[in-house]
Amino acid sequence: MDILVILENNQGSLHRLSKEAIVAAQKLGKSVTALVMGSDSDKIVGHLTGYDLEKVITVGHDLVSSYNADGYSEVVRQVTESCSPNIIVAGHTYQTRDFMPRVSAKLGVPFIPDIVSLSDQGFIKQVLNAKLNAEMSSTSERLIISFQSAAFSEEELRPGSCSVEAFEATLDASGVRSISEEPFQEEAGDVDLDSAEILVSVGRGIEKEENVPLAFDLAKAMGAEVSASRPVVDSGWVESFRQVGSSGSNVAPKLYFSLGISGAIQHVVGMKGAKNIMAINKDPDAPIFEIADYAVIGDVLEIVPKLTEALDRS
Amino acid sequence: MKIAVLIKQVPGSESTLPMNNSQDWIDEPSVTFVMNPPDNFALEEALLIREKMSEGEVVVVSMGPSRVQKVIREGLAKGADRAIHLEEDGQIEIDPLLIAQRFTDILKEENFDLILTGLQSDDTGMGQTGVLIGEMLGLPTATLAIETDVLDGQIRVKRELESGWFQWVQLPLPASISIQSGLNTPRYPSLKGIMGAKKKEIRTVPNSDLLSGEQAQSMDRIFVPTTSKKTEVIEGDADQVVERIVEILRSDIKVT
Repeated sequence: MDILVILENNQGSLHRLSKEAIVAAQKLGKSVTALVMGSDSDKIVGHLTGYDLEKVITVGHDLVSSYNADGYSEVVRQVTESCSPNIIVAGHTYQTRDFMPRVSAKLGVPFIPDIVSLSDQGFIKQVLNAKLNAEMSSTSERLIISFQSAAFSEEELRPGSCSVEAFEATLDASGVRSISEEPFQEEAGDVDLDSAEILVSVGRGIEKEENVPLAFDLAKAMGAEVSASRPVVDSGWVESFRQVGSSGSNVAPKLYFSLGISGAIQHVVGMKGAKNIMAINKDPDAPIFEIADYAVIGDVLEIVPKLTEALDRS
Repeated sequence: MKIAVLIKQVPGSESTLPMNNSQDWIDEPSVTFVMNPPDNFALEEALLIREKMSEGEVVVVSMGPSRVQKVIREGLAKGADRAIHLEEDGQIEIDPLLIAQRFTDILKEENFDLILTGLQSDDTGMGQTGVLIGEMLGLPTATLAIETDVLDGQIRVKRELESGWFQWVQLPLPASISIQSGLNTPRYPSLKGIMGAKKKEIRTVPNSDLLSGEQAQSMDRIFVPTTSKKTEVIEGDADQVVERIVEILRSDIKVT
């Protein structure tokens, strides 16, 4: 099996889901080629040369110096025609959702997205709001697949070496029809959820805005950063850059301490890669407990102040 | 301004989901169906654009068996001008390329200025039909739209990126845009709308007239997910719970 893994250049660093996609690619095939686009792909290549890959292909064309769906999908098409992979692999990121279907249509190759695991016969994907799993397969000789966050762990990345090769893409300015402005944040914060070792995460169970400082106090006592679920951010109790989930950050801290979060699938996809998950929730049926390593069925408002006090004391 | 909105009918979030006998999909007769929630936002956005421009036509397009007429009527009652129903009576179609080809074949005759879709469906969640159709019709595409602004021959779209980042993208029309949930507040149909919907045109394209093609991917079985995780349930009164948590943080996870 020849695998082509499409990497995401996240402002000069490699997207976490791209690392997990490399693990998936290494498990799927003998020969793994990685493709990276963008003006600062040199930085990404620096990270990659320590991994067991056949080669890294870089594309430095002006028209794909920053992300656009037209340019990216055309480059992936050209690289695919040139190196004929059996499977094209990517992390199921927002960027993948935006351009990978175009690659699928250009090549006439099926795209099975958001896979959570591999099975003997095919690929496992969540359906019906994650209430059921489905096994999917394809008869196509070539296939595009993308993996949900935490389908694989980046700790399983196989080290090794690889060569680097520049690919000359043929792109025409008239083929890039959209004009993308600079990405921006509504509320800029210097909080880096990605690199926090511990996250204390607030959900609706905190009940009201006045209780939010309880989470910040606990985070301070633990040396943690504070994150939140979407309802809390939508209510304006916590800044949007702290949001974890499919529309927020994808995190994988050493400990994810969830306070009153029910665990809807949109939230869970963003944090289930955490090494340890501890959850407090009043509702014993809260879905968060299905993925928790430590479950406390109880009242956040009662337990959290006592815990903060105990940690401060010691 | 001629806008197509693609609407799918999916099992409601409160519906029971019993498996069928062959265990490759749910037993549809026992399921309560609703309009796919993301598509409801796409429809609302189309209606808002038409209202803002004080002209134009909104056409709802849906593929599926006769039951989908219910969501088509709902779309018409909310204010869509007419509808196209692509009849599909077989087992659930699970090949997005084939689905998109069939839609494209019908949509291309109409020369829409804008094609709107919900980001993904609540049933299979393949999340690609709108983008596939865009590519097949040779149109620019954008996904995860949380704000739209139609200008002269152009559309500006605010896209949601990850980690609280956003980006404005400007596309020439015609274009295909997929809509993120939550960007507007979908209206309820008025009584007048419900009455009026009965007189609106629904063009039905029989299954035999749809583009035929090989299905290249399939859903082979469905099953209830099992968790392999061993969960320690921490019990006791608040003081006992706190004591155990502190112990776990120190000795097991080693973070304090």
